[in-house]
Amino acid sequence: MTQQQPTILRMQGITKSFQGVRALDDVTLEVGAGTIHAICGENGAGKSTLMNVLSGVHPYGTYEGKIVFEGQAVTFKDIKESVAAGIAIIHQELTTIPELSITENIFIGNEITKFGLINWDLAKKRTTDLLSQVGLTMDPGTPIKYLGAGQQQLVEIAKALSKDVRLLILDEPTSSLNETESNNLLGIIKELKGRGITAIMISHKLNEIAMIADAVTVIRDGRVIETYPVTAGQVDENRIIRSMVGRTIENRYPLHESHPGEVIFEVADWCVEDPNVAGRMVCKHSNFYVRAGEIVGFAGLMGAGRTELMRSIFGHSYGIWRSGSVKLKGTQQKITSVDAAIRQGLAYLPEDRKVYGINLLDKISTTIVSANLKAILQHGLISLDAQQRVAEDYHEALNIKMANVNYGVTTLSGGNQQKVVLAKWLFTNPDTLILDEPTRGIDVGAKYEIYKLIHALADEGKAIILVSSELVELLGMADRIYTLFEGRITGMLKCDEANQEKLMRMMTSKTEAEPGSTTRETLHEIP
Amino acid sequence: MKYLKQIFSGDIRQYTMVIALVVFILVFHIASGGKVITPSNFQNLISGYFYVLLMALGMLMVIVIGQIDLSVGSVAAFTGMFLAITARDLGFPWWLAILASLIVGVAIGSLQGFWLSKLNVPGFITTLGGMMIFRGATIWISGSKSVPVPEELKIFGAGYLPDWGRELTGLNNLTLLLGIIGIAIYAFIQLRRRSRSAEVTGVKEGLWLVVLRIVLVGAVIGFLAYTFASGRKGTSFPVPGVTLIILIVFYQILTQRTRFGRSVYAVGGNKNAARLSGVNVPKTYFLTMLNMSVLATLAGIMFVGRTTAAGPADGNMWELDVIASVFIGGAAVSGGIGTVPSTMVGGMVMVVLSNGLQLLGVGADRTAVIKGCVLLIAVAFDILNKQQGRPSITGRLFPKKENPEEKAMEGP
Ligand SMILES: Nc1ncnc2c1ncn2[C@@H]1O[C@H](COP(=O)(O)OP(=O)(O)OP(=O)(O)O)[C@@H](O)[C@H]1O
Ligand SMILES: [Mg+2]
Repeated sequence: MTQQQPTILRMQGITKSFQGVRALDDVTLEVGAGTIHAICGENGAGKSTLMNVLSGVHPYGTYEGKIVFEGQAVTFKDIKESVAAGIAIIHQELTTIPELSITENIFIGNEITKFGLINWDLAKKRTTDLLSQVGLTMDPGTPIKYLGAGQQQLVEIAKALSKDVRLLILDEPTSSLNETESNNLLGIIKELKGRGITAIMISHKLNEIAMIADAVTVIRDGRVIETYPVTAGQVDENRIIRSMVGRTIENRYPLHESHPGEVIFEVADWCVEDPNVAGRMVCKHSNFYVRAGEIVGFAGLMGAGRTELMRSIFGHSYGIWRSGSVKLKGTQQKITSVDAAIRQGLAYLPEDRKVYGINLLDKISTTIVSANLKAILQHGLISLDAQQRVAEDYHEALNIKMANVNYGVTTLSGGNQQKVVLAKWLFTNPDTLILDEPTRGIDVGAKYEIYKLIHALADEGKAIILVSSELVELLGMADRIYTLFEGRITGMLKCDEANQEKLMRMMTSKTEAEPGSTTRETLHEIP
Repeated sequence: MKYLKQIFSGDIRQYTMVIALVVFILVFHIASGGKVITPSNFQNLISGYFYVLLMALGMLMVIVIGQIDLSVGSVAAFTGMFLAITARDLGFPWWLAILASLIVGVAIGSLQGFWLSKLNVPGFITTLGGMMIFRGATIWISGSKSVPVPEELKIFGAGYLPDWGRELTGLNNLTLLLGIIGIAIYAFIQLRRRSRSAEVTGVKEGLWLVVLRIVLVGAVIGFLAYTFASGRKGTSFPVPGVTLIILIVFYQILTQRTRFGRSVYAVGGNKNAARLSGVNVPKTYFLTMLNMSVLATLAGIMFVGRTTAAGPADGNMWELDVIASVFIGGAAVSGGIGTVPSTMVGGMVMVVLSNGLQLLGVGADRTAVIKGCVLLIAVAFDILNKQQGRPSITGRLFPKKENPEEKAMEGP
């Protein structure tokens, strides 16, 4: 790859502290015009912070250093100014407004007006055009809430395009997308590059970086470790990992020998109806079991009903329960509330952290104890000392990067927030742990830690259910894998007989399990 | 300024509201020619306006869960009137009338809680309905006339502590005793917190800081106790004030140290996450609304005790002062934020304004205008502060341990 492109952006000597804690330390970043520049680093390394400095989320004056964009020193005081200059940031978390239509979302704050009135016709026309640029063909009047996460991501990009963007910043754009959606998005970023739009992409998925990046910058503990040009398709992932974590990781998945015991978690004939669409079943006669000490994976495409299945089992917290039973350690239990589920030793780590996992107004310590306050009661009152101690314990055990356990959870980086939610569920000391996308947005090193933790939990005799969109992860971690398609369990494979192709086939076809066919019995048969 | 900051181990901006309160008191004191800081006025302040602070305790929780209760004034009026009528027309003894009134309060609260928790009708609507219904009902059952209440109730609304041993000190000794107990408890808590937090976090706060803090707060409590004690013979710290202090302590513990309290904040902060953490959201809604109506009933009973009669126009617009107190105290309209101590400071601001303006002879019309302006300015100031990434001025008024500089939320 030639690297003689002119520089579009130079950030020089950027230093930024939060309450005395350095998040960025003399960071220098140069981005060539028309390239895709990847930024890697562990959770809490300062990637998002650096981008927030660039886009004016942290205004000029709250950091040290200089930013030169398109040859001019810039001093953004808020996002509006950076947008006006041609920089658009797409955040780690979606910021679309669910009730508004695509058009409204794209032109909010930037409405096309004529004589002071919004010209909706023109806006719609332009939206259609913008959507086609990101490969979406849908009615611009569709409310955002009917779009999947991947499509919403594309709408955000379309919104950026509507503002004549020249530098597009994507903070973990694919963390909530499945593989097809991710590939689609990466294709679009590449296409935009063809049109001269520069992109900075933060991602923990090194394979994606390897696919499209022209240059890589690795940040660790707020400092740049190295920056170097790469050729898309020939990136040495191990080199990135090495500079990210400061050591080599031979295996992405720790070695582990499982010793499954008795079946302690069993679901039979589970049927759940969609709470919004009467008559539509989201779980159809699901049967599965998990042994003590076993890690069982659940694979399925977006919309296959994995999350819905798990949440409905977790104290009927989703949908309308129609039939089915849950057996814990051999005895049938009625678990109709989350409270009961927790008491019975179930834990569910939700997939969408911001919506279901965490109260953003809360402190780190109070979040960690929030699902098991009973354990820190003293004479009927919550013991703040115990709360502090528990939080400190998990702070260490999970290696959560934070300044103080009594700060708000929003002061944590995305990956560390995820660890806090994990800590919250570990503190309930469950027998069966349902992990819905537990490593979303988590760096390679921390992923490895979490995998080890999952193994340790399994070795303690806990039953682990692992829902993941990354087949590699399931193949690397699970002892058995169930596949779901349109609300139905379509098959089960032992880890040694599973591979990506087989799983993919089972995730996309209903052929294997006709209703009432023999599969149901065979699936449920416990060897 | 730097020392002040250290003493209160927090960001001085958090204390803006307390400073504003002190300034208000001093300004009114001077403007009225020394009428504000006197034993009798302090006693009036409490007996006359305790209901604002009392109901703000419940309203804080209602607002934290993201709801609002507009009916508190009407409910207080209705239950007060109900008490008066059962006593007069049914011949209930005073204690039975109080009991009956409280039961009615529980019933009203249950009803409002039911609409919200079971039928998902927003609190704004259910209590707007309640506001009209119970105002109308009050006028209806009273026939638009005042109804006298039993004499025995007076102690609850305008009573004083017994005057033991005034010959010796010339003061009300029980009030002094209360003040001393207050200082002792404060000192005890501060010292214990110091050693405990040293145990947990390993850093020990300088002893002189803690001592200075105890001396300062002790001086304030001591001054107040002395002022209340030095009134006319037969007066003291008023009984409603004692009730109020007990309730403030109770609600501080309830909100900060109990599972129910945590669920209130959890529901207000993120309903979905709360539910998936095992919080019973409808039950939290129900109990919070119920609690509010019970407190409104209590306020109604104490109020008629003070005025010795229940009137059809009692409790008019009380809800406004109460809601304003909570927001001046830094609570968020969207829920999840707010504490008891800062709400009490917000309430005191409203009370001192009402009282000070009255002493200056400002009419109800202009008083309302001024109070409205104060509300707007206080809340705008608070929001501006939050936007600059600083802590809410009053939202986290009194620092809990070790989080002196907790950062306000930075939105995406
Ligand atoms: N508002 C804040 N207040 C205090 N500390 C903060 C704040 N925002 C970020 N930090 C701290 O700065 C550091 C860098 O955070 P940042 O969000 O940039 O990490 P990141 O590299 O994006 O991580 P991730 O991959 O987990 O998203 C973290 O230690 C975090 O705790
Ligand atoms: Mg980040």
